[in-house]
Amino acid sequence: MRKVYHRPEGLTDTLMRYCPGCGHGIIHRIIAELLVELNIRERTVGIAPVGCSVFADEYFNCDMIQPAHGRGPAVATGLKRANPDLIVFSYQGDGDLAAIGTAEIVHAAARNENFTVIFVNNAIYGMTGGQLAPTTLPNMVSTTTPRGRNTKLAGNPIRVCELLNSLDGPVYINRTSVHTPQWVLKTKKAIKRGFEIQMAKKGFALIEVLSMCPTNWRMSPIESSRWIEEVMSKYYELKLFRDLTKEEK
Amino acid sequence: MPKNRTEVLVDVCKGCGLCVEFCPKKIIRLSDDINSSGYHPAEIIDQEKCIGCGFCYLICPEPAMVIYREER
Repeated sequence: MRKVYHRPEGLTDTLMRYCPGCGHGIIHRIIAELLVELNIRERTVGIAPVGCSVFADEYFNCDMIQPAHGRGPAVATGLKRANPDLIVFSYQGDGDLAAIGTAEIVHAAARNENFTVIFVNNAIYGMTGGQLAPTTLPNMVSTTTPRGRNTKLAGNPIRVCELLNSLDGPVYINRTSVHTPQWVLKTKKAIKRGFEIQMAKKGFALIEVLSMCPTNWRMSPIESSRWIEEVMSKYYELKLFRDLTKEEK
Repeated sequence: MPKNRTEVLVDVCKGCGLCVEFCPKKIIRLSDDINSSGYHPAEIIDQEKCIGCGFCYLICPEPAMVIYREER
């Protein structure tokens, strides 16, 4: 018998400290598999975010940097410009990328910097205890909006892919999800495309991944998977927004 | 001898139950035992029926699954 699926070399042996059913583990594994598949593990530097995945440097078996909150794209810019042969990916959550780091991500995309961003959207602040995030859906309950997000009071959610799609800079923008095995495979394909674009020195690639947060959504892991299918993916449409490399052909 | 085999790394599993939900043959359940982290880990009920699709591995956040397939 042949071993077809096992813990990839791109992950260390450290056990992940995420809650049961959290999507971070799936996305970590996808990236780790790609580091091995594309044979780039030795020359990859990852940027860890602030948030639940702040310990990503302990889980990925490649070089990692943990910059200040939201400044991942700024650090990645410097890293990639100084060392163009490195493969740089920035792994960011919705609080990190869409709240405090909005300026950095918008300008990195506008400048078409040559690195890959993996944006994990779980519609809530996970680590701090489930507060309202910029991506929280209208009428969604969080600890700071116990009666549901009132858009008149708390504003409207930010759709990051649509926002960045209005810029001329980015080469690749895609939104996927990890709520079913089928979508996990599609996410892997999308992130692989993101790395390939970077390796071909084409430019900026952002992959938004909708992810489960069963603890802060107050749901079971299976209910949260269904919630992404039935509610969240209706608001955040799962589609390829832009792939400029295809239009060139 | 089963054609395909799925192993659960008992002490890595956190018992979230996503593999139980997505197994197309419904041969995974959560065990009554408790692992070293205090979770009820997944267990395979009927190894013979495993088709080696790897859905449990794909959806597993840890990943606590190891999948073997027969040589073709």
